[in-house]
Amino acid sequence: MTEPAALKLGVPSKGRLRDATVAWFAARGIGIENAASSREYAGHVTGIDGVDLVLLSAGEIPRELAAGRIHLGVTGEDLVHEKIPAWQDRLRPVARMGFGHADLIIAVPTSWVDVETVADLDEACAAFRAMHGQPLRIATKYHALARGFLKRAGVADYRLVDSQGATEGVVRNQAAEAIIDITSSGETLAANHLKVLSDGLILASQATLWLALDAPLGPRAARDLDRLTQRLRDGAA
Amino acid sequence: MAAHRAYLPGARMGSGLSALADELARIAGVFAASGAETVEPAALQPADLLLNLYGEDIRARAYLTDDPVDGALVLRPDFTVPVALLHRASGALSPARYTYQGPIWRRQAPGSARPTEYLQAGVESFGDPDPIAADADMFVLIRDALGGAVPLRAMTGDLSVALAAIRGLEAPDRWVAALRRHIWRPARFRAVLEGYGPDRPAPSESRAALLAAVAAGPDALDAHIVAAAPEAGLRARAEIAGRATALAQDAAAPALARARIAFVEAALSVRGPSGDALAALRALAADAPAAAAAAMSPVLDAMARRLDALDARGVDAAALPFDASFGRALEYYDGFTFEFCAVGAAHLPPLGGGGRYDALTMRLGLGDGSGAMRAVGGVVRPEAMLAAARGAAS
Repeated sequence: MTEPAALKLGVPSKGRLRDATVAWFAARGIGIENAASSREYAGHVTGIDGVDLVLLSAGEIPRELAAGRIHLGVTGEDLVHEKIPAWQDRLRPVARMGFGHADLIIAVPTSWVDVETVADLDEACAAFRAMHGQPLRIATKYHALARGFLKRAGVADYRLVDSQGATEGVVRNQAAEAIIDITSSGETLAANHLKVLSDGLILASQATLWLALDAPLGPRAARDLDRLTQRLRDGAA
Repeated sequence: MAAHRAYLPGARMGSGLSALADELARIAGVFAASGAETVEPAALQPADLLLNLYGEDIRARAYLTDDPVDGALVLRPDFTVPVALLHRASGALSPARYTYQGPIWRRQAPGSARPTEYLQAGVESFGDPDPIAADADMFVLIRDALGGAVPLRAMTGDLSVALAAIRGLEAPDRWVAALRRHIWRPARFRAVLEGYGPDRPAPSESRAALLAAVAAGPDALDAHIVAAAPEAGLRARAEIAGRATALAQDAAAPALARARIAFVEAALSVRGPSGDALAALRALAADAPAAAAAAMSPVLDAMARRLDALDARGVDAAALPFDASFGRALEYYDGFTFEFCAVGAAHLPPLGGGGRYDALTMRLGLGDGSGAMRAVGGVVRPEAMLAAARGAAS
C-alpha cells in the first residue's frame, strides 16, 4: 500500500469567503498563493511544509470533508450541519474563524401579530390546518436543520417546501406561510414584511476550519497536521 | 452481505430462507384461524396522505420517492394505514378483520444499527362491537402468534388514561386541544401543561399591546394588525384576529391550580403491575377534584374490565406490567397499547406489539360518518422472532 497523500487543505475558490480565508491564514503566517486571481483551480501553501491546497466551491467542501478526500477544509457551520448526517462523528471544528457570519432563523409575516414565539407558531399551525385543510408550509433549503429544530421544539404539523433561492419572496407569492433561511442583516426580511420569532434563531453560523476524522492520514501527514494545528493554536503571529 | 436480512444473517436464500418461510406460514395460520381475511397492500403508497397524517417528520422516518404521474410516493413504513385504506376502499361500513405479511421500510438515523427493511405480519380489526373484548383478543392473538420458543416480557399502557386526565382539568377547550395534540411528545406536553399553571410568564410588551387591542374592540384589533404590516400569504387577517381573541381569552382564564397539574403528571407517571397500577390510579382519582375523578372513572372501569377479560383468556392480568405513559412514543395509538420483548435479548427490538387507534380511522374517513370506526391492531416481527429463538436455543 502506498503512503497516503500529503495533507490536503480545501479552501473556497472564489468570493469573499476565499479572500477572508486567505487573510485569516496570512495572519497566522501561512500563505495561500495564487488563489487570488488565477482562473485555474490550483495553488499552493507557503510558510508551512507538507500541505497541499485544494480549491473548491464553498458548497462542495462539506462533501469532500465527509468523503475524506480532503483532511482540512474551510466552510460554514450551516453547510456542515445541513449536508453531513451525524457530522459530529465525522468532522471536528479546528477553529471558528470569525467571518462568514450567517444566522439561520425562522421568520413569519410581520402581520402575524399573534405569533411571537415557536410555541405560537405551533398553535398557528394547528389553527391553519383546521381552517385550510392542509398543513402550514415553511419554505427553506435547509431541510435537515429545519426538521431537527422543529422536532426539538415540538412542532410537528407543518410541511417543508423546498426553496433554493429568494426564499424571502415565497410568502408574498403564497407558496409558503413561513420561512427558514440564512439572514445576515435582516433588511431583506423587513423589506418582505417578515419578522424573526423571538426564539427563532436556529444556528449562529460562521466560517470554520474543519478536520475530517475519516480522511486517511499517514505518519508524515499526521506530523504535518500536528504542526499546522499547533501553529493555528498559537494564534495570529 | 447480500443474503443478510434484518436480524438474520444469510436468510435470503437456502435453509435460512426456508426456516423463515415456515415461520411466516405458521404465523399466517394463527392469524387466519382468528377469522382474519388476507390482504396484500401495495408497497408504494401515496405520500401525501402519510405526510398529512404524521407531518413532516415522516420524511425522516420513511423513504419517499416520486412518480411523474402519481406524484409523491412512500415505501410503506407500516401496514396500519395501507390496510385501513383497503378497508375504506371496500366500503368500510361493516366490521372486518384483516391479516397481512410483508416487508416494510424505515429510514434510520445515520449510524443506527436498526434495519431499514424488515418483515411484519399482523392483524387489523375494524368495528368490533365490544372494544374491551377486542383489546384482550388482540393481546392474546399476538402473544399466540409469537409462539412459545422464547420467554416473553410484556408491557402495556393505555392512552385513554392520559386523555381522561386532560379532560378532567376543566381547562378551556383550546388548552385541552393543545395538550391532546402534544400527548405523543412528552417533553412538549409537559411544557405546555406547566405553561397553563400559576407560573405562566407575564406577557411580553408586544403581547400586552395585542391584548389591549383585543380589549378595545374589533376595529382596534383590525387597526393593530394593519399597522403591523401589509397582509402576506394565505393566513388571512381574520385568522390572525381570531387567534388574538383566543389569546385574550387564555390570558383572562384563571391559571390551572398547581394540584390540577400535579394530578395529570402523577397519573401519567403511574407504573407497575396492572393490578397495583389500577389501584394507584383509583387512589389518585379519589383525591382529585370532582371533575377529574368523574373523567377518570369510566376509563378506570374500562381498564378493570379489560383486566377481567384478559384473566378470562388465561392471562395473569393483575401481574401484567403497566405504564400509563407507554405508547406515547407511537403516534396514532389512543387507547390500550402493548408489546412483547424477548427476555435476555436486549439487542433485538420488541418481537411484537399493537394497540387501539380509534381516532386515526376517523381521520381516514372510515365508518358511516356518525363517528369513528373503532380499530385495534397488532404485529409481530418474524425475523426478530427467529433470531430470538436461535439465541434461546444456543
